[in-house]
Amino acid sequence: MRVSLFITCYNDTLFPETGKAVVRVLERLGHTVDFPAGQTCCGQMHWNTGYQDEAMPLLQRFVDQFRDSEAVVSPSTSCIAMMKDHYPLMAERLKDEKLKAEVAELLPRVWEFSQFLTQKLGLEDVGAYYPHRVTYHASCHGLRSLHLGDGPQRLLRAVRGIDLVEIENLEQCCGFGGTFAIKNAEVSSAMLSEKIRGVLNTRAEAVTGCDNSCLMHIGGGLHRERTGVRPVHLAEILASEEGDGL
Amino acid sequence: MGTELAAGTAREEVLRRIRVAIADTPAMDAAAVRSEWESLPRDYKRTASLDREAILELLEDRLRDYDATVVRVKAGEVSAEIARMLTERGKRKLVVPEGLPEALGEALPDGFEFGVDHGLTNADLDGFDGVVTASTVAIAETGTIVLQRVPGQGRRAPTLAPDYHLCVVRTADVVETVPEAMARLEPTASLATTFVSGPSATADIEMTRIKGVHGPRFLDVILSA
Amino acid sequence: MSGQALDPTTAPKFQVAAKALMGDSQLRKNVRHATNVIQAKRARVVQEMPDWQELRESGKQIRRHTMRHLDYYLEMFERNCTAAGGVVHWARNAEEARQIVVGLVKASGANGVSPTEVIKIKSMTTEEIQLNKALEAAGIHAYETDLAELIIQLGHDQPSHIVVPALHKNRSQIREIFKREMKLPGVDFSELGGTPQDLADAARKFLREKFLRVQTAVSGANFLVAETGGVCIVESEGNGRMCLTLPETLISVAGIDKVVPTFQDLEVLLQLLPRSATGERMNPYNSIWTGVDKAPSGGDGPRAFHVVLMDNARTEILADEESRQTLHCIRCGACQNACPVYQQTGGHAYGSVYAGPIGAILTPQLMEMHHAQSLPYASSLCGACYEVCPVKINIPEVLIHLRNKVVKQQSSGFNILANPEVMALKAVAKVFQSEAVFRVSQKMGRLAELPLSRKDGQGVGWIGWLPGMLGGWTQVRDLRVMPKQTFREWFEERAKTAPGRRSGDKAGEGGKNGH
Repeated sequence: MRVSLFITCYNDTLFPETGKAVVRVLERLGHTVDFPAGQTCCGQMHWNTGYQDEAMPLLQRFVDQFRDSEAVVSPSTSCIAMMKDHYPLMAERLKDEKLKAEVAELLPRVWEFSQFLTQKLGLEDVGAYYPHRVTYHASCHGLRSLHLGDGPQRLLRAVRGIDLVEIENLEQCCGFGGTFAIKNAEVSSAMLSEKIRGVLNTRAEAVTGCDNSCLMHIGGGLHRERTGVRPVHLAEILASEEGDGL
Repeated sequence: MGTELAAGTAREEVLRRIRVAIADTPAMDAAAVRSEWESLPRDYKRTASLDREAILELLEDRLRDYDATVVRVKAGEVSAEIARMLTERGKRKLVVPEGLPEALGEALPDGFEFGVDHGLTNADLDGFDGVVTASTVAIAETGTIVLQRVPGQGRRAPTLAPDYHLCVVRTADVVETVPEAMARLEPTASLATTFVSGPSATADIEMTRIKGVHGPRFLDVILSA
Repeated sequence: MSGQALDPTTAPKFQVAAKALMGDSQLRKNVRHATNVIQAKRARVVQEMPDWQELRESGKQIRRHTMRHLDYYLEMFERNCTAAGGVVHWARNAEEARQIVVGLVKASGANGVSPTEVIKIKSMTTEEIQLNKALEAAGIHAYETDLAELIIQLGHDQPSHIVVPALHKNRSQIREIFKREMKLPGVDFSELGGTPQDLADAARKFLREKFLRVQTAVSGANFLVAETGGVCIVESEGNGRMCLTLPETLISVAGIDKVVPTFQDLEVLLQLLPRSATGERMNPYNSIWTGVDKAPSGGDGPRAFHVVLMDNARTEILADEESRQTLHCIRCGACQNACPVYQQTGGHAYGSVYAGPIGAILTPQLMEMHHAQSLPYASSLCGACYEVCPVKINIPEVLIHLRNKVVKQQSSGFNILANPEVMALKAVAKVFQSEAVFRVSQKMGRLAELPLSRKDGQGVGWIGWLPGMLGGWTQVRDLRVMPKQTFREWFEERAKTAPGRRSGDKAGEGGKNGH
């Protein structure tokens, strides 16, 4: 299959390793990956913060970039949730019938990365090797919008060498919430504290998940406290191979 | 009353605002509204799935969860059981609604002081050890007994002022689910109706469930065929 | 918090209130304990229902249908309640509602003398309109008879949760309040025991005297049944039954959103509400009555019954198609218990009697968006509330909608200049609309953060401090610096150097970033 990668604005800028990992996994599985260069951002930050007019043009942009793709894959639960939950409504609001139809036609071909592997390709073992103790954090968008279920955990359990430990507060929000982390820094910090406590209690070396926005927040806190526990996106674990020497 | 002059205005204003607010809803006459109501989805459980005996056992279980004592008797044994329970509890002076013996189909037992409520004052009610009533319907799933303003169940005040309530439930009046109960209550829906599910409780102090803040702290049930 | 009413027109911004309250460790412990307990109970009784999702769907549809025909059902209720001997009043706003109630209370006294006391059942609606204050001003003391409301009242405090208003207090705090404030002739409360049972017994004694004596009661209403003209009150302690039955006059205050079409509809709502609110299959007492009992000998219940139907901005909410679902709320409080933000701060941080997720959408709208503008942002949009809402209100969706309303207000005219966030976000939006500009800004970001970056032991750069608004991030988190190469730069380079190559090797620079 020819897969088009939607890297997302923040992964492109801050977490290119995640994108590289997605490419590596998909190519290992025999697919080709292309990257429509005009892509920028899905519009989530603006939409969720109340700047809905500013988010609208980004819908058209996404459709323009990806309308001819066989499949669109993105390593970000929040961005895909943004599209699934809001793009149809946005097209409706714009009263643009053509755009509405294009969105309806495109969205079924748009996938969050772990969902692409488990639901579209029907896979659990993708040939990964990662001999470390890891705990998984379920992002709210993945859990409640995309209904990932235990898909990510099944992918992780199939990784050779992994020691997967369940975190006590799996479904509890980490407190990132986009601009919430800045506008309500106090409460965000308190929520982060609890999530970190959950991570530390598992004695894992690494915390993983399907969304770097959560991991940036959790990882930032883990680093501030000098815990030595690192964040690593699910894609990077799945990309890891025996010869990598990690 | 001073507000009468403004009352008409307020009413008209509120209704006007509502109509403007829901202008996006197509205009409908009563029949159309009724029809829309009738086509609302109701895919929840509306009939029993357990057999009769299981339903009765479920009710008993739920009542015992509430620390109520439940005793099953055959028809004709209600009065004797009332006597036994009241003696065991040490209750002598009981208030009863009008028409209780007729509702039970049996005379009340001797040896107790039964005060019939022909309109007792609150102060009067305070002087009783407890209250005895029949009931309209009981819901097994939730452990609920429903009382209505009918002979044998009576006014609400006597069932809430005393500290002890002895309630007689007929097995034929026990249903499994809430929808079944509402269906039975519907013909008399405008009568004062009280659903009782266990003794009064609160969890307002540290989430600890405490029994009996107001209303009867003790509930006994006679389940009769 | 003492004395001051929770008033959205004067309450501090959520962020400010939250910061202050989060310093109260007793409060946080109590809130945490209470929400955990109710959540666990709720989960148990919901899991045993095979038709829970079907009930939720019906609940949602019944409420939606009601709002679509609200005038029709309110008029039906008025007709039927009046025919049964009740008197229905209408109030456009809080002030009118207060005036009507005070007037009715005054007129309810024997021999034309105004009573000086009334007994009350807990009612969020009466708290919303600050009724007790208005009664006091008219020389009438309202005794709260719900245990939690009694605790709040005697403690000169404010409710912090819709269903368990005093959850921020523990037993020793409550004991102190009772010892200090409970006064009953002939009863000594100074030797009060400390267990929850002791405290409940004290409350029982204190209140029973009132129930048997006071002749006028004020309540709210959980549901108004249009088809029958009946009113339904859902409660646990029995104080509701006392207030609804023993006095001569009963006045019930209800928002116009409380109406439901038929008696049968209660079969859905009476299953959804107790399981969601207190985690019980059924709450101890539900009372449904219609008008007044006209029996000649000793009627059942009050001889005079009044319902005050109040708008108070509900029609504004009704008019907004996207947030109309806010009115579907049946006041169960499940959203509060599930909310990770509420769990950290408790209810007072929301500056309103309606707190937590429902408060975040209801309060600003009751204020017609003139106040409480920080509340729609008091959420990480995690969606836990939507999951537990018994009538499927999509709270996150409404939060986003209200944020849009707030931004529009803040972007209008000259406001925009005073608002750095608005300027910043509009600028960023422009950047996203052009690939070329986006790339440039990525490069600029790398340059800009250079002075803020410090390398850790592995040579990875981290930022421990960010200026201005962004400082909120670095309060407790570090921010890793931007990698030297963006993903798109790597992908393009790879395509140039070896078109069609397989990434057998670990591409890009020495994989230390993030590992």
